[in-house]
Amino acid sequence: MALWQGHTPELRAQVRACAARLRDEFAAAGAQPVECPILLPAATLLDLYGEDIRARAYVTSDALRGEQMMRPDFTVPVVQMHMEGGAEPARYTYAGEVFRRQEEDEARANEYLQVGLEIFDGSDPAAADAEVFARVQSATSRLLLRAATGDMGILMAAVDGLDTSAARKAALHRHIWRPRRFRSLLDRFAGRAAPVPSRVALLEASDPFANAGTEVGLRRRAEVEARIEALRADAATPPISDREIDLIDTLLDVKETLPFAIERLRDIAVDMPSIADAVETVARRAKALEARGVDITSLEFEVAYGRHQMEYYDGFVFGFYDVSRPYLPPVASGGRYDALTRVLGRQSGRPEGIPAVGGVIRPGLMVELGESA
Amino acid sequence: MSIKLGVPSKGRLMEKTFDWFGERGVTLGRSGSDREYAGRVDGIDGVELVLLSAGEIPRELAAGRIHLGVTGTDLIREKLGRWDMQVETLVELGFGHADLILAVPQCWVDVDVLDDLDAAAAAFRRDHGFRLRIATKYHRLVRDFLRDHGVADYQLVDSQGATEGTVKNETAEAVADITSTGETLRANHLKILEDGLILKSQATLFRARRVDMSDADRATLRELMTLLSIE
Repeated sequence: MALWQGHTPELRAQVRACAARLRDEFAAAGAQPVECPILLPAATLLDLYGEDIRARAYVTSDALRGEQMMRPDFTVPVVQMHMEGGAEPARYTYAGEVFRRQEEDEARANEYLQVGLEIFDGSDPAAADAEVFARVQSATSRLLLRAATGDMGILMAAVDGLDTSAARKAALHRHIWRPRRFRSLLDRFAGRAAPVPSRVALLEASDPFANAGTEVGLRRRAEVEARIEALRADAATPPISDREIDLIDTLLDVKETLPFAIERLRDIAVDMPSIADAVETVARRAKALEARGVDITSLEFEVAYGRHQMEYYDGFVFGFYDVSRPYLPPVASGGRYDALTRVLGRQSGRPEGIPAVGGVIRPGLMVELGESA
Repeated sequence: MSIKLGVPSKGRLMEKTFDWFGERGVTLGRSGSDREYAGRVDGIDGVELVLLSAGEIPRELAAGRIHLGVTGTDLIREKLGRWDMQVETLVELGFGHADLILAVPQCWVDVDVLDDLDAAAAAFRRDHGFRLRIATKYHRLVRDFLRDHGVADYQLVDSQGATEGTVKNETAEAVADITSTGETLRANHLKILEDGLILKSQATLFRARRVDMSDADRATLRELMTLLSIE
């Protein structure tokens, strides 16, 4: 018989006990325990994450309800539940299985327990960020973990502040979570990439539709014309200056302990005033973390941290990693996801969303690491 | 015990596989009538021919129910996670060439490369309220390819056949499919993206990595490899 996720019944009982302890800790901090269905309508998740979610979540279906996804995390159902009529401010905790497809690494669990804390409270976002981080840190303090932090808001503010067209900013914004595509767009907008010959030919053609042939498909001629117009406008847009590209690169290289990172970011903000507010958000959070007893002098802060996750977090991001086995998935992670609540809020007639931050812990990993410690 | 060799059970792929082995002194053939899916092997003892659908050969290799199998690289890479841990490529057979490519309507004069496709997909989603649909049966390969190249705002729709027709029928906006000459694509008013080659595939002889073998089986496999001039 296959052991549950490689665990003996005894180990499994320890993991369950650990999950219960974590959830009780969050409940003691005022979080309301909630439960969520395992099967979620696939459409919502697909709409949020796009096709990539299929590589990460198990999809199943029946003839009545159509495609269902086995919950890959709790955040989406918890946000939906809250937007349907939760009073504010609110805080929730949960413990249950999540399911993740693993097609590259058999050693990674495809089913494991997750315990989480989610805070929906717009009154003091810095304090809420600090509270979630501090509670997760204290819940995992028996292990020797390294914390990594970042803030997606810095790069977003830098992009929004570039001296270029709105279309270019929107394109960069859309690919903030895809570092390779982001880089190639930046190179192109800076005039550093060789132009694609077919595109040059298209813009020079007297009749771009000369070789169009028969029109087929749902994407109509007007849409093609609109894109050609957009390409023309883009070709007429001056390149993003070397100075701005260098500033973005400098920004992406910032990786220091939090107090030094803030100092560095303030220096960069002198030349890049658009990030000033985002930098002060980091500074306010640092104060709030200190007030919570977190040792910020040793806390790592990296501007690029969190860019490889799914497009989800849009502010504070953090993760806790085992010091001696950095190749393991994070024992805990979390962040701020204000934009997600706006997207999901639309369905409940609350497009304004609510500032939200949360964190999750994997009790299975905690027990495994505690065992060998 | 014997070594089980899985070969596609019909069509040109089967005939060409038979020819390839025949040229190397291993005669493969159907036993009995043309309709019976049992085979015979002459020229070497201890090898058993199993005729299977080409699409099932990856799974049979992964499960260790056959020791060797002939199928396309495309099917192995689509159907097996970490395929190179499950099967070993012994030799490419030099036929069954097919490219898995991304194609869009010829009338999309603004789309020639993946970068264009990504931009068109963003605008399409905004205008139509749903993600641009790409019809394919190679879900994993296409998704991995598009993720590696940073294309977003698309969705894959399953198409197990007549994929090129989905655009005209407006059940998809683009296709990812196997092509050898591109004629079907042109006939359906589609063009291949300049950087839209996802995978070059050909008929290949694979060996299952996770399979039990007796000493006699191992000796048979060595003898067969020698006959086929495989190092």
